[in-house]
Amino acid sequence: MSLLIFKSILILTLFLVSLGIAAYSTYAERKVAAFLQDRIGPDRAGPYGLLQPIADGTKMFLKEEIIPMFSDKWLFILGPSLFMVTALMTSAVIPWGRSIEIGGQVYSLQVADINVGILYILGIVSLGVYGIMIGGWSSNNKFALLGAIRASSQMISYELAMGMSVITVLLISNGSLSLNSIVESQGEGKLYGFINVSGINWNVFYQPVAFIIFLTCAFAECNRTPFDLPESESELIGGYHTEYSSMKLGLYLFAEYINMFISAAVISCLFFGGYNFPGIDYLGNHLPMNIVSLISVGVLFCKIFFFIFFFMWVRWTIPRFRYDQLMRLGWYVLMPLSIINVLITGALVTYFGN
Amino acid sequence: MQLTNRSIVVVNKQMTWMEKLYLPAIVMGLAITIKHLFRKKATLKYPEQTRAFAPVYRGMHVLKRDEQGRENCTACGLCAVSCPAEAITMIAAERKKGEENLYREEKYAATYEINMLRCIYCGLCEEACPKDAIYLTDRLVPSEYSRGKFIFGKDILVEPIDKRVDISKRKKAYQIKS
Repeated sequence: MSLLIFKSILILTLFLVSLGIAAYSTYAERKVAAFLQDRIGPDRAGPYGLLQPIADGTKMFLKEEIIPMFSDKWLFILGPSLFMVTALMTSAVIPWGRSIEIGGQVYSLQVADINVGILYILGIVSLGVYGIMIGGWSSNNKFALLGAIRASSQMISYELAMGMSVITVLLISNGSLSLNSIVESQGEGKLYGFINVSGINWNVFYQPVAFIIFLTCAFAECNRTPFDLPESESELIGGYHTEYSSMKLGLYLFAEYINMFISAAVISCLFFGGYNFPGIDYLGNHLPMNIVSLISVGVLFCKIFFFIFFFMWVRWTIPRFRYDQLMRLGWYVLMPLSIINVLITGALVTYFGN
Repeated sequence: MQLTNRSIVVVNKQMTWMEKLYLPAIVMGLAITIKHLFRKKATLKYPEQTRAFAPVYRGMHVLKRDEQGRENCTACGLCAVSCPAEAITMIAAERKKGEENLYREEKYAATYEINMLRCIYCGLCEEACPKDAIYLTDRLVPSEYSRGKFIFGKDILVEPIDKRVDISKRKKAYQIKS
């Protein structure tokens, strides 16, 4: 099997997995919301309501599609498309597991191991805000425009702190921007230099502050509660997607869940060792290579699912911020904190040599 | 002057450094919400499960028959008198020869009507009845499209001979009350 065919299969699988997880995230969101509020949630479509996403998707497709008369028609269509495309593109650089071996040839479970991996993700994610801005602006609706402005200013303010917290991670892991080498560096060495268990040398144990900053910024980037001001339905009707209907609205909502999935994956890769798990070397010596790879993929997905659950858990715990509180938190707290964190980490790395 | 002990003194104290971090408070909040994940759900899956009525529930009326299937009502009119909403009307008639298997007493109600829209389901008719004839049951009044259909006559109120309405629970609750 040539590399090209393998990559094509991987891309197609990733595409389908992203969409599937996004679809079932909507189901999970409703179920988690219900369970946290002592309810049962959707349980009519299929056993335990498992077919609910299909019913929702069908509903979205069959609804009438309305393009407002005074909207900019092309931009109106471009908005959700752009948002969806950028959401799907980010999954390319994430290492989904250990390499697998097919027919004597070793393939890495990563679409593109580019050496600017994390920068690529930050870049694509910040492109995603154009989807929201274009959608909100072209709707020709005051609420949508307000939502779009909120989204863009929020993304810009939180991206800085996010980038800073990523820098600290890069400082302690070989200094490479490639996500693959970041993940690999967390699988080697001893935790704090003396706990000798393979695959637990995770960055979160060295950089808890950076982790909290990154997590907070990930919430803001995904427009999730407590930072869901761009689409706060109690204030702005629906925010930037007020005027959208049918599958264009569906694309926005879907892309948001894909963003959540990718954020969870990036958090797992940067701070929680990606596909590494305690005892990965022991299993690697005793089991066939492909089985260990599959286990590592499963472990990564467990971490991702935990973080998706965490996103939902936080949503039903913390109320929405006021807009000035949001800006104050971004610029006065997270930004200085992340810069100080970078300085301290840099000093420690210089003195103790990693 | 202090009147009660319920007054709460408002303190505008500065938050401590730990409180300003907010993180402990957030973690506490997360712990509270996760507890609800394992709690018993309050939802009742309605069409499959129904909530049980209380034994004192007062729903649609029934006009009882005795063991031989004869109507108990003797059209004395006490229920109509006691009704605070004036929802009950009736026309009395004398029992003819050969109708002994239909009516228990010598006088019976030829028509007996309850206006279900006026009725307030207080149960006073039931208390007033000396002949054990009228009871409120745990059945619900069905919905209709016009007001006229809510005037229930004997065709709806009298229990069918082959489909008796069980009022034993209601009778019990009634006896405990009195």
